Amino acid sequence: MRRLVLFSVFGFFACGGGDASRGGGDDAAQAAVAPLGNSTIAGVVTFDGMPPANATIDMSEEAACAEKYANGAINPVVTVTDGMLANVFIRVTSGLPAGPYPHAPAVTIDQDGCLYHPRVVGVMVGQDLAVTNSDAVLHNIKAVPTQNRPFNISQPRAGMTSTRSFTTPETMVPLECNVHGWMNAYVGVVDHPYFAVSGADGSFSIGGLPAGTYTLDAWHETLGTRTMQVEVAAGGTMSVTFVYGPTT
Amino acid sequence: MATTAMPHDTAHGETHELPFIRKYIFSTDHKTIGVQFLLMSLLFLFVGGLAAMMIRWQLGFPDTPLPGGALLPETMAPGGFLLPEFFNSLVTMHGTLMVFFAIMPLLVGVFGNFLIPLKIGAPDMAFPRLNMWSFWTAVPAGIIMLSGFFVEGGAAGAGWTSYAPLAANGEYTGVYLGQQLWLLSIALLGLSSILGATNYITTVVNLRAPGMTWFRLPLSIWALFITAILVLLAIPILSGAAIMLFFDQTIGTHFFDPTGGGQPLLWQHLFWYFGHPEVYILILPGMGVVSDVIANGSRKPVFGYHSMVYAIIGIAFLGWLVWGHHMFQSGMNPALGMTFMVSTMLIAVPSAIKVFNWMGTMWRGNIRFHVPMLHAVSFVAMFVIGGLSGVFMASTPVDIYFHDTYFIVAHIHYVLFGGSLFAIFAAITFWYPKMFGRLMNPALGRVHWFLTFVFFNMTFWPMHNLGVGGHMRRIYDPNQYAFLQPLAGTNRFITISALLLFTSQILFAVNFVVSWFKGAKASHNPWEDNGLEWTVPSPPPHGNFSATPTVLHGPYEFSSPLVQDADFLPQSRNLDALPARPAGE
Amino acid sequence: MSWFLPHGASTYAADIDFIYYVILVVTGIAFVVVEAGLVWFAIKYRARPGRKAAYTHGNMRAEVIWTAVPAVTVIAIGLMSGGVWRSVKSESGIPANALSYRVTAKQFEWNVTYAGPDGSLDTADDFTIRNQLHVPVYRPVVVRLRAEDVIHSFFIPAFRVKQDAVPGLNTHVWFEAMETGEFDIACAELCGIGHTTMGATVTVHAAEDFDRWVASQATTTALR
Repeated sequence: MRRLVLFSVFGFFACGGGDASRGGGDDAAQAAVAPLGNSTIAGVVTFDGMPPANATIDMSEEAACAEKYANGAINPVVTVTDGMLANVFIRVTSGLPAGPYPHAPAVTIDQDGCLYHPRVVGVMVGQDLAVTNSDAVLHNIKAVPTQNRPFNISQPRAGMTSTRSFTTPETMVPLECNVHGWMNAYVGVVDHPYFAVSGADGSFSIGGLPAGTYTLDAWHETLGTRTMQVEVAAGGTMSVTFVYGPTT
Repeated sequence: MATTAMPHDTAHGETHELPFIRKYIFSTDHKTIGVQFLLMSLLFLFVGGLAAMMIRWQLGFPDTPLPGGALLPETMAPGGFLLPEFFNSLVTMHGTLMVFFAIMPLLVGVFGNFLIPLKIGAPDMAFPRLNMWSFWTAVPAGIIMLSGFFVEGGAAGAGWTSYAPLAANGEYTGVYLGQQLWLLSIALLGLSSILGATNYITTVVNLRAPGMTWFRLPLSIWALFITAILVLLAIPILSGAAIMLFFDQTIGTHFFDPTGGGQPLLWQHLFWYFGHPEVYILILPGMGVVSDVIANGSRKPVFGYHSMVYAIIGIAFLGWLVWGHHMFQSGMNPALGMTFMVSTMLIAVPSAIKVFNWMGTMWRGNIRFHVPMLHAVSFVAMFVIGGLSGVFMASTPVDIYFHDTYFIVAHIHYVLFGGSLFAIFAAITFWYPKMFGRLMNPALGRVHWFLTFVFFNMTFWPMHNLGVGGHMRRIYDPNQYAFLQPLAGTNRFITISALLLFTSQILFAVNFVVSWFKGAKASHNPWEDNGLEWTVPSPPPHGNFSATPTVLHGPYEFSSPLVQDADFLPQSRNLDALPARPAGE
Repeated sequence: MSWFLPHGASTYAADIDFIYYVILVVTGIAFVVVEAGLVWFAIKYRARPGRKAAYTHGNMRAEVIWTAVPAVTVIAIGLMSGGVWRSVKSESGIPANALSYRVTAKQFEWNVTYAGPDGSLDTADDFTIRNQLHVPVYRPVVVRLRAEDVIHSFFIPAFRVKQDAVPGLNTHVWFEAMETGEFDIACAELCGIGHTTMGATVTVHAAEDFDRWVASQATTTALR
């Protein structure tokens, strides 16, 4: 009976063992899959009109972060540069052939100046998301998903890295720091690699697609979603534009 | 454990050798079960102490990696630096392991089991198999509690008090399964305690030998009996609350969740309605044991035996009326602060009575400072400090400042370490010969006592001063606060003292283990004590007494004028029979 | 390692501190009596050859005395404490002209909502700042506490202020600062990973400075 207890204990440790969603993404272990095609959907996200003002952040309590900003920090909720909107998460939602799919590039979010960089990222299901700390202050990284397992971990020192992965597609998994309540990031979890985030110049590019007709969805944290159908020929590039404007 | 071929009039009717597993693993003999609890609890005392060392390292030397920290995984201490969530788990587990898996089983599980049948003249407990289950539910409870460290999210991190909503929703702590495992473990341990308490009460009520009237019971038995009643009444409340919290965590109830119509304060009321009687469960058996040992060491009857009994009952009764003093600042109606202050102030009185009666026992005694006596007198000296610090916290306005500071931590440790643990050392050193048939090394015992006493005070006395400085509890990095920076030196001093205190326990561990195999063989009655357990061999055979003893005297008839040839009078010694038993044998 | 409380800067700090010092003296006396008694007995009554212990079971008069004296003493301390407690914690103890604030505690910050220039909470000119409590000197202030997630405890050591903020419950604490300057606020109830970082500051202004500060704050749009 005692032996049974001991075996149960070891079995319990092994199962609950905790690595299910902790950096368990077996990217390196799986054989790499070649691109399914050579077509590309590329484009820009524009913002027409006057973008809403981003609030300034009073970082006076956290000197180690405040001193990284010569002119004070702003909270980059809506980032528009010359009419181009950044941080829009764009992904293919239908039209794809069945997998397996190639891997998506490695993703790291850095905490620097008490803000997440980048603010919006995409990862594949099972792919590692690394979070690093470039601030010599305590951050906690709290994920509040609805479809995935949540986590809430801390990094008290600069130079630390924590890795997590997600098991279920979800748009989007919010990340927040509760020590610095203005910090927000968003992780799009997708079961294929055909997603992108618009850059500061509004541009994005999704490559390696086979020829076909796809539904493309765009997401912004406050400005809402957009959707469009895109048809792309083999070896070709289809240019698209998502248009956002001030919300009424 | 020695067994003898002596015939004995037990209810078992078994005189053949039991297989190893029935004799030592699934034993129904109260003495074996007592030793099992002893080994289990000492192991948890060590683990709880390790947790404390890590906590102290963080508070004393936060910028230096923990020695041996490289052995810990990245989720606990990357590079040897404790993560805040791991620190929260450590404070939680230190409290939990010490309260539920060390002190409580050491006092109630070990000495309740070992002493009650022997000291009342019974062959075993009323329900020997239930007794076996009491131990074998405690062990899985302990394993479940420790398993929290190995699951995703780590071990419970909401404090040993597990307040809702922090403990109810994993997103607040980052601890998910660990928080649920904590509740499962507590519920299972509660079952163990209830089984034990049922046994103790039934045994004391029904199985006392002829002549063992209520007021001839030794105070250790009175204390264990009253404690068992407290356990039976208090533990089910904790179990119920734990189930409610478990449901909030898992199946979507909202007992403690205001967004669903629940009340966070309900958890506190339920927990502390259990929790306050629990702390008396943790101290009363210690008080009982200390009475036995001080009487023996002083060679005098306990001063005010009846008052001592009534004080035990008084403490147990009043203990039900004070729980709100843990909640003075909780948002509870301030009018309740008044009523709980009065009851809390009053509970100081029976404890004071006991302290004075212990002093009265030593007064005009002929005191032998054997190792158990050193620990027992230390209990009195340290418990009184813990009791006096309680007066500050009982005053509601003063508690405004001291609540959730290190002043409380100082108080807790003066009563639980200075009190309960010294009583446990007294009890172990006193009854070790009876349990194992060997004497512990007295010189090593004295050195262990001395170092423990000195380092204990160096560790916990300055915590009063931390509290006076406003130092909060459960705080990972005190240097964040300007008002705490002057206290950094005190934190370092405490940490070093704590490390020395922990290390000194090696002497006890070595003494315990080596004496078991190499200690001088113990006679029936090495301490020249009056209890019935000292009339049988060390260790006693299965069934304890070859013939049911008849009790003729009170429990503390030391230096009785009725006895010329010795300064003690065993409870069953028949003075009219010839020849008188030679002293010590 | 001092037994002196740190400097108190609010009106009722002195009342609370007084009770502390009374208890310190009373318990100090008890401490010395018991410890000295134990040491003295240990030395005087140690075993020596040829001695015998005195065979006695007790003394009723002693029992009565050492029951009555502690009982009277602790009751007296309780009665002395009751008045201060009522004036600090009860709703009726809040001074009539207290300036209202709302402090909402959440992991891991204190969001202070000011009544604004009109002096009333829940009006259009309210503003909220994170982790900074600005109050005028010599003016009672009442802080209505709320908690968004878990239990936190609002602790200002220098003012002898402590009150839990509980989700779903309206709690409050009042105080009157007697000195200008900056004082620490801390969270005194374990509230999660960042409990240790949940510090804040209370800045006590001279009256005119405070009014000027309030006027200037109402116009900023910082994410504070």
